[in-house]
Amino acid sequence: MVKEIERAGITVVHCCSIVPISLTVGANRIVPTVAIPHPFGDPAKTVAEERALRRQLVERALQALATPVSGQQVFS
Amino acid sequence: MAIRVVHYLNQFFGGLGGEEQAGVGPSLVAGAKGPGILLERLHPDLLVVATVVCGDNALAERPEAMVAEILDLLAPLFAAGQEERPQLLVAGPAFNAGRYGLACGAVCQAVAERYGIPVVTAMAPENPGVEQYRHAVPMVATALDVGGMAAALGGMAALGGKLVKGVEVLPERDGYLPQGLRRNVWAAESGAQRAVAMLLAKLHGEPFATEYAMPVFDRVEPAPAIADLSRATLALVTSGGIVPRGNPDRIEAANAQKYGAYSLTGLAALSPASHQTAHGGYDPTYANDDPNRVLPLDAVRELEATGRIGRLHETYFATVGNATSVANARRFGQEIAHRLLSARVQAVILTST
Repeated sequence: MVKEIERAGITVVHCCSIVPISLTVGANRIVPTVAIPHPFGDPAKTVAEERALRRQLVERALQALATPVSGQQVFS
Repeated sequence: MAIRVVHYLNQFFGGLGGEEQAGVGPSLVAGAKGPGILLERLHPDLLVVATVVCGDNALAERPEAMVAEILDLLAPLFAAGQEERPQLLVAGPAFNAGRYGLACGAVCQAVAERYGIPVVTAMAPENPGVEQYRHAVPMVATALDVGGMAAALGGMAALGGKLVKGVEVLPERDGYLPQGLRRNVWAAESGAQRAVAMLLAKLHGEPFATEYAMPVFDRVEPAPAIADLSRATLALVTSGGIVPRGNPDRIEAANAQKYGAYSLTGLAALSPASHQTAHGGYDPTYANDDPNRVLPLDAVRELEATGRIGRLHETYFATVGNATSVANARRFGQEIAHRLLSARVQAVILTST
């Protein structure tokens, strides 16, 4: 799905927990996330900490969208 | 004498449980479990001396640490005398399960390197484990799901037996995926003669087989960076199965045949009352407790309010990426892209579990 969206000319960032899969499939902008059942969260943290973590990951995704890349790049 | 086998299985096939057990680290049990019992029954020349079971998430999220633990668990078996030492590692079959396929590849490669025994696994050709490990690990091609179990076990038994005995194997003849290895062989005709014969066959529209297939790299040129996010329209897309409560489009929990387009209008965040996951490939507890953990709407809305992004597209798209075929995923992606272009969306955050 990432590739077809990018093929259409839309800038896309793939946020995922298993980066090797994303690299194999061929996403260009990749942001590693926390864990498979909760990519944008961590139930072990307090609600406030979890929100801050989620905000930070989304900020990183926006950073990736705003960064020129020539090939695959992992933003960690 | 039967060949002594160590078998690697995930938590599901190893009998520990479903997704709720996917975070469990490796354990070693004596004898055969699950598919290993069938393997012994169908192929009495194999004896499963021990089975390693590890949760898919544990291995996918911390591959180096988990593989190191598995190697340590196996160490006593390999310290035994020549008569008791395992002779073959069999992993899977993983079919089209991505995490399991990667785990089988990683464990096979590590065991072959550390203990120097032949290894064999089996998975569907489109499993991401293939691209990652096929050069290092012999892999029998399987069906997409467990309906192909007996054939997969048969393929691994036959190939593994040959590898243990040191018999020469070839991908086409022994039914495993090409590893990209080259071997020198004598041919009756020179390369030039064979190439001309192939060219003539091609010109005459007759069948011919290439001796060196070109790899197919489906890569996409990166789209340009977004120059000014504060003026851009951003959309959210997920393969993590986040849908309105009740899953109105009945998106399948595995092997999805469709995606959904859902409104975000008036929503500052997702909640357990409004949304849930339809994904059958991970423990849904955390996503159902707080769907923002998979589709981070709350954080995106905050950033929209501060002006960091121009605006959020008021429709998000969701499907279930759980053993979903590449063909379906491609079609979903094309259709979603078309709709995003019509809505003048410039940027997408796509989240996956």
